[in-house]
Amino acid sequence: MAELTYRDAVARGIAQEMARDPDVVFLGEDVAKAGGVFKSTVGLLEQFGPLRVRDTPISEQAIMGAAMGAAMTGLKPIAEIMFSDFFAVCFDYIANEFPKSRYMSNGQVKCPLVVRTGNGAGSRFGAQHSQSVENWCMMIPGLKVVAPSTPLDVIGLLAAAVRDPDPVIFLEHKSLYATKGEVPDGEIVDTLGTAKIVRPGKDCTIIALALMVSRALEAAEKLKAEHGVDCEVIDVRSLVPLDTQTILGSVAKTHRLFTVEENPRLCGWGAEIVSIVADEAFYDLDGPPVRITTPHIPLPAADILEDAVLPTPDRIVDTVRRSLGS
Amino acid sequence: MATVKDRAPGPADSGLNDDIGENKRLQLYRTQVTIREAEQRAFDLFLQNLVKGTSHLSLGQEAVAAGFAGAMIKGDLSFCTYRGHAHTLARGVPVEKVLGELMQRDNGLMRGKGGSMHLTSVEHGVMGSYAIIGAHLPIACGAAWRAQYKGAKDVSVCFFGDGTTNIGAFHEALNFAAVWKLPVIFVCENNLYMEYTPIADVTAVEHPAADRASAYGLERIVIDGNDADAVYRTAKTAYDKARAGNGPSLIECMTYRHSGHSRADPAKYRPEGELERWKQRDPIKIYRERLLQFGVAEKVIADIDASVRKVVDDATEACKAAPNPPLDIITTDVYADGGWAWRN
Ligand SMILES: Cc1ncc(C[n+]2csc(CCOP(=O)(O)OP(=O)(O)O)c2C)c(N)n1
Ligand SMILES: [Mg+2]
Repeated sequence: MAELTYRDAVARGIAQEMARDPDVVFLGEDVAKAGGVFKSTVGLLEQFGPLRVRDTPISEQAIMGAAMGAAMTGLKPIAEIMFSDFFAVCFDYIANEFPKSRYMSNGQVKCPLVVRTGNGAGSRFGAQHSQSVENWCMMIPGLKVVAPSTPLDVIGLLAAAVRDPDPVIFLEHKSLYATKGEVPDGEIVDTLGTAKIVRPGKDCTIIALALMVSRALEAAEKLKAEHGVDCEVIDVRSLVPLDTQTILGSVAKTHRLFTVEENPRLCGWGAEIVSIVADEAFYDLDGPPVRITTPHIPLPAADILEDAVLPTPDRIVDTVRRSLGS
Repeated sequence: MATVKDRAPGPADSGLNDDIGENKRLQLYRTQVTIREAEQRAFDLFLQNLVKGTSHLSLGQEAVAAGFAGAMIKGDLSFCTYRGHAHTLARGVPVEKVLGELMQRDNGLMRGKGGSMHLTSVEHGVMGSYAIIGAHLPIACGAAWRAQYKGAKDVSVCFFGDGTTNIGAFHEALNFAAVWKLPVIFVCENNLYMEYTPIADVTAVEHPAADRASAYGLERIVIDGNDADAVYRTAKTAYDKARAGNGPSLIECMTYRHSGHSRADPAKYRPEGELERWKQRDPIKIYRERLLQFGVAEKVIADIDASVRKVVDDATEACKAAPNPPLDIITTDVYADGGWAWRN
C-alpha cells in the first residue's frame, strides 16, 4: 500500500500495462521526453524506450489516425490528447472512425485503443481548456467512456481500458492530478461498466463523476451532520457501458435522484440517467429527479467566476435540502 | 525515380522482354478489365435502380489500381476512399462480393452494413474505404507504424484524390510519416476534379500532391496514371523503398474519370472535348495496344475479356438472386462482444 497522486497513478497504470504486453505503445504531444504537460507520464520513456513511448507533432488527427491504424493491425495503442477540448480538432476519429469501423465492416475491423485526455475545469484556463466533454463521447455508439475519480480507479480502469477490445475514451480530470489516494501494491485491474457506491445512504441518491464525486461526498457529510439527510453517493465511473443496475437499485432504495455534472446543462450525461430512471423506475421516485449542472455557458477563466458556475458542495447541499424539503 | 510528365505511352517505353514480363502484363490487363467491367455493370445496375444509395466509379482510373496492386505482395495493406471499388477488386476481392454490397444484399462484402463507400476485406488486405476526406491517411500511418514496430515487412498504401490534398489530415499524415520514416505510400489519383470543381480552381500549386512533397522532405513524383506499366514501375520502386526501411513516398498519378463524380452525375461542368481527349488515352485501350505490340495474341486478349465478362455476368445474376440482409444484423458488431449493449 502506498499513497499516490492521481498524476502518478496515470504513469503507473500505463507502465503496468506496457510491462505486461509489448503490443501496448504510447504516443502523444510532449509525452515522452517531457513526461507530459501535466507530468503524468514521467519516467515512461526511460522505462520503455523511444520505440514504445513516442513524441508526436502537434497533429491531433495524425495521433488519432495513427492510433487507429495501429490498433486495427495488432497493437494496443494509448494515445494522449493533451486537453479534451482538442477533441474538436480530431473529432472525425472519435465520431466517425474508431466507433464505426467494426460495424461498417460487419465485424472485420477491430479498434482496441485508448485515448487519454485531460478533461474538466478548475484550472482557470478559460473556455477552450476547461471543458468536460464526456457527453460529446457518450452520444456515439461504438465507444466506451470512462472517467476515474481516484488514483486507484485511474490504474484499475486504465488497465481495463487497455485490455478492452473496443475503443475507450479515458477522461482524466485535470483538477484531480494533484490529489492523493491509497493504492495497493501489485497489479490492479478494474472492470469497465461498473459504478461504485462510495457512500451508502437511505434518503436520496446523488450520482457524480470525476471531480464532482468528492464534492458530492463533502455535501453528503454536511447534509448528514447538519440536516440529518442520509445520502447515497454513487461514482458512476463509466458512462458507457453504463451500470444502470447500481443506479436503479439505489433509487429503489432512496426514492430520490440527484445528478451532479460538470457539463453545461444541455445534453449532459445526467439527462440520460434521469431519462432512464423516469422510464424504468418512475414509481420508485417520491419526487422529481434533479440535475445539478454548470449553467449553459462557455466556462469563464477568472477563479471567482469559474468557482461560481461549477457545482459546489454548498450548491449540492442547498439543492438537495430544498428539494427534499428538509 | 523519374519524374514523368503527363504524356501518352508508346512502344519506346518498353521492349518485349523488359522488366515487367508477359505474366505480369496479363495480370495488369486482367485487373484493369475486371474493374472496367464491374464498374460499368455497377453503373448499369444503378440506372436500373438495383444499386441503391450512391456509387463512385473509377471508370478511366483503372491503371492506378491495377499498377499498384500488381506491385503488392500478400500482406500489404490498402486504404481506399469511397471511390474504392477499383482498389478492392484489384486485391482479388470477388466481383460478387463487391456488387452484392453495392446492391445492398446479404451476399455483399459487409452484408449491406457498410455500403459502396466502405468496402472492406481484411483477408485481402483491404483495410477499409473511408468516406471522410483525408481520414485514412493518418490511419495508414498507424498501420505502417505497427509494421515498423513489429519488424514486419508489409507496406501500407493509401489512395486518395486531388481534392484530398487540401485537407489538414493530408498534411498531418505526410509530416508524421516522414518524421517517423514509416513504410507507407501515399497515392494521389489526380483526376482533375473534386466533386464538381476543378482542382486547379482551388489549389495554390499546379500539382496538388507532388508540389507539396518538398514540404515534407519527399521527392516530387508525377506519373502517367493511365499507363499501368508506368504505375507498376513507380509503385514497385516505392514498395522497395518502404520495405527497405527508407520511409514514405508520395506519388501523384495523372488520370481522369470517364463518368461523373457519383451516381448519375452527368459531369456537365467539364469543358467540351476534354472527356474525348482523355478517352483517346483510355488506360485499357492503351494497354490492349501495348499487349499487341509485345506480341500477345489477339485471342489471348479476347479470352481474358470473355472470361472477365462471364465473371461479372455470373456475379450480377448471383446478386440479383441474393436475399436482402436479415434484420437481426442491425445490432451486431457495434462492440467487440458482437452486440450493441451500452448498459447492463
Ligand atoms: C471532410 C469531407 N469534406 C467533404 C466531403 C464531400 N466530398 C466527397 S467526395 C469529394 C470530392 C473529393 O475529391 P478528390 O479528393 O479529388 O477525390 P475524387 O472524388 O476525385 O476521387 C467531396 C468534397 C467529404 N466526404 N468529406
Ligand atoms: Mg479528384
